[in-house]
Amino acid sequence: MESATQPAGVAPQAAEAPPSGTPNYLTHERGLWSWLTTRDHKRIGILYACSLATFFLVGGVLALLVRLELLTPGETIMGADAYNQTFTLHAIVMVFLFLIPGIPAIFGNFVLPIHIGAVDVAFPRLNLASWYVFMTGAACAIGGILVGGVDTGWTFYTPYSSQGTNAVLFMTTAVFIAGFAGIFTGINFIVTVHKMRAPGMTWNRLPLFVWAIYATAIVQVLATPVIGITMVLLFLEKFIQIGIFDPALGGDPVLFQHFFWFYSHPAVYIMILPAMGIISELMGTFSRQKVAGYTFIALSSVAIAFLGFLVWGHHMFVSGQSPLSSIIFSMLTFLIGIPTGIKVFNWVTTMYRGSVWLQTPMLYALMFLFLFTIGGFTGIMVGVLSVDVHLHDTYFIVAHFHYVMMGGTVIALLGGLHYWWPKATGKMYNEPAGKVAAALIFVGFNLTFFTQFILGSRGMPRRYYDYADLLDRHPEFLGLHQASTVGSWILALGLFLILFYMLWSLFKGKPAPKNPWGAVTLEWTHTTTPPGPHNFDRTPLVTRGPYDFHLADDVFGPLHTGDGAGDGTAQG
Amino acid sequence: MDDNGTLWLPEGASTIAGEVDALFYFIYWVSVIMFIGVIGTMGYFMVAYRRRSEADRPTPIKENKLVEASWIVIPTILVLIVFTWGFKSFIKLSVAPPNSYEITVRAQKWAWVFEYPDGVISNELHVPVSRPVKLRMSSGDVLHSFFVPEFRVKHDIVPNRYTSVWFEATRQDTFQVMCTEYCGTRHSYMLALVIVQSQDEFNRWLQESGIPEDASPAERGALLYQQQACNGCHSLDGTAMAAPSFQGLFGTERTFEDGTTATADENYLRESILQSSAKIVEGYPDIMAAQRYEDRLTSEEIDALVAFIKEQ
Repeated sequence: MESATQPAGVAPQAAEAPPSGTPNYLTHERGLWSWLTTRDHKRIGILYACSLATFFLVGGVLALLVRLELLTPGETIMGADAYNQTFTLHAIVMVFLFLIPGIPAIFGNFVLPIHIGAVDVAFPRLNLASWYVFMTGAACAIGGILVGGVDTGWTFYTPYSSQGTNAVLFMTTAVFIAGFAGIFTGINFIVTVHKMRAPGMTWNRLPLFVWAIYATAIVQVLATPVIGITMVLLFLEKFIQIGIFDPALGGDPVLFQHFFWFYSHPAVYIMILPAMGIISELMGTFSRQKVAGYTFIALSSVAIAFLGFLVWGHHMFVSGQSPLSSIIFSMLTFLIGIPTGIKVFNWVTTMYRGSVWLQTPMLYALMFLFLFTIGGFTGIMVGVLSVDVHLHDTYFIVAHFHYVMMGGTVIALLGGLHYWWPKATGKMYNEPAGKVAAALIFVGFNLTFFTQFILGSRGMPRRYYDYADLLDRHPEFLGLHQASTVGSWILALGLFLILFYMLWSLFKGKPAPKNPWGAVTLEWTHTTTPPGPHNFDRTPLVTRGPYDFHLADDVFGPLHTGDGAGDGTAQG
Repeated sequence: MDDNGTLWLPEGASTIAGEVDALFYFIYWVSVIMFIGVIGTMGYFMVAYRRRSEADRPTPIKENKLVEASWIVIPTILVLIVFTWGFKSFIKLSVAPPNSYEITVRAQKWAWVFEYPDGVISNELHVPVSRPVKLRMSSGDVLHSFFVPEFRVKHDIVPNRYTSVWFEATRQDTFQVMCTEYCGTRHSYMLALVIVQSQDEFNRWLQESGIPEDASPAERGALLYQQQACNGCHSLDGTAMAAPSFQGLFGTERTFEDGTTATADENYLRESILQSSAKIVEGYPDIMAAQRYEDRLTSEEIDALVAFIKEQ
């Protein structure tokens, strides 16, 4: 494998149709056991994809229940305790079992080694172990539900959490264990990017997705131990009564918040940086244009990863931390806005004099720009000290982080799902259905969460089971809550439509051409669809950048049809 | 009633509100303009450079260092402006004027208790208009947070220390205090009213609000039931809240978590106030001990409460 190399820009491997019947990574081994013991990064990516899709479904149904309860003031479908458990579980499932592992575990695993021309990740066994560790963590979370559920909110603030039932300990154990899966994945990616790049794959030629995953991996490895330590301290306090956070034992509850956000703020970047990586790929491919400001985008990921460690205190402006700390944290928070802005401006510029192709993945990329920009500007709003005092712990915050986490991360993940679906499954999805679902999600999302900005800035606190008593002085809360709930139904309709046509595609979809989008990164130009078990027939020799679309004729051959230039359904 | 104000903010009612609102709207409009710029450009490019043929081969665009630099410099200047502005108003929010009228606030699951310098206790926050008021706040159990949207002030209340918040109300009206730090089952019912009055009305209210000398024990118990926030958990009409209702309680047979039973007589009521963990009624959580009523009530007050509960 290592001895023979193939120049990427010269011999157009893409022009050769894959011999039919050649085993790919899905077919060369069969049976459940082959999946459970696989060390193939692509199969591990699929294992994660199936697990995380399940958790996303669970978390999503919980979200619908939360919104349904808020449709009317007073009790709608459940009591206060059930409601508190539902919103807590929604957040724990979405944050720890879906968003944090999310894009690195699915697309990082599937795409990153191919992007750099490697046969696999550096430590394939560690990679498989990470999935088992993650599933153990998830099992622990389910255990927590079985022994009674938790109602602490996903932030586990003390002393409420340390006075609660033992179910809290199951949840914190789950977070602790799932954290190790993230550390394993992070170490794997760092080593892989450093040591496994194909000949000619210099740092300047890395796809921006790889840069984003690399920056994320650094955060995963450095930040995750802190949440582990915090959860251990919570345990010690509960079992041996060492006073750390609980004032009744001489501890300090604000200390817990420092520990918690020291991890959980960088975790925001674990969630959003990989999403930004996907957006860079989509903007380049579907504009057929070099991604503008390549170096700026690549280095801004690293800058965000670094600065992300220094801003945790902006969650605590009204917590009782010293005003001096708040002032410093506010200042540092604004610094993060700058590399983020650079990315957004460069993505838009990428379309300039391009050939903009509005296929479903690109619709998600543009939707990301729309929603994430709103999330970013409202982030500036809540980073301003005196304005945050008013907005803190209201629905404005809820709306802000949903615009970033769902409008950002989930939308990018859906873009990536549609983009790499043909590569992973060998099937095309239904393009018109994809566009309808994207439109439903866009309308539903904005109706659900934009109303929450107004609710919040007008004073509606978050985590409220009932708002009947507030309506005397804030009658507008009723209509806004109801609009938000209706929005959640439209959003859910779009998401279920995706589930439906993706399953349809899996069984009845048209076979995918080798390079339906005309992309020029290695997974499209140098592997079969779906890829073979070892990705490449020969180690590619990289002679060009990841977005050199002007060299596409060299890559595909001048008389290309279907592949790389068709309407996405053409046969290559 | 407060349904005035703007789309985004309820009408302000404190001296700091104007400044916070101005900053909110400054960021808002700068954001709206930049958002329209970014998304408008995106929309224009979508149309102007739409794909015309699968053979499109756009020429790569050269990086323009000046443009990239302007994307760094202009946002930096803008965020420095909003940081400085936010910093200045935050200092005002953080430092109470030295002549502030001080009120002690005790937050507990799930009620507010306000205590005035002359000993009056209330579960409504009465404040004089146009006078700085500083709240010195503490919590008996978990984290809570004091929030009045119209005042644009908020601060967490932490069990092991005092925190404070101050405001100067600018108009006579009634507003809602909300707890904005999640605190359990009845978090969304942890509300109180702020009643802003003229100094004269406020003084009159203070004088009338003490417990009258000639009140009967049961009458005093009724006032204490409000003031000490018993009503946060114990209803009088039989509604099950976080704790058993007082309605018809006296003289009935109580069943406890450990399966034992006892009759609710005077000694049982007294014990339940002073050592509430000793007997926990079946189906209810053991949450009252954290409030430390044994330290907060005098023996006369306990007698009054027992007398009051007997009458329910």
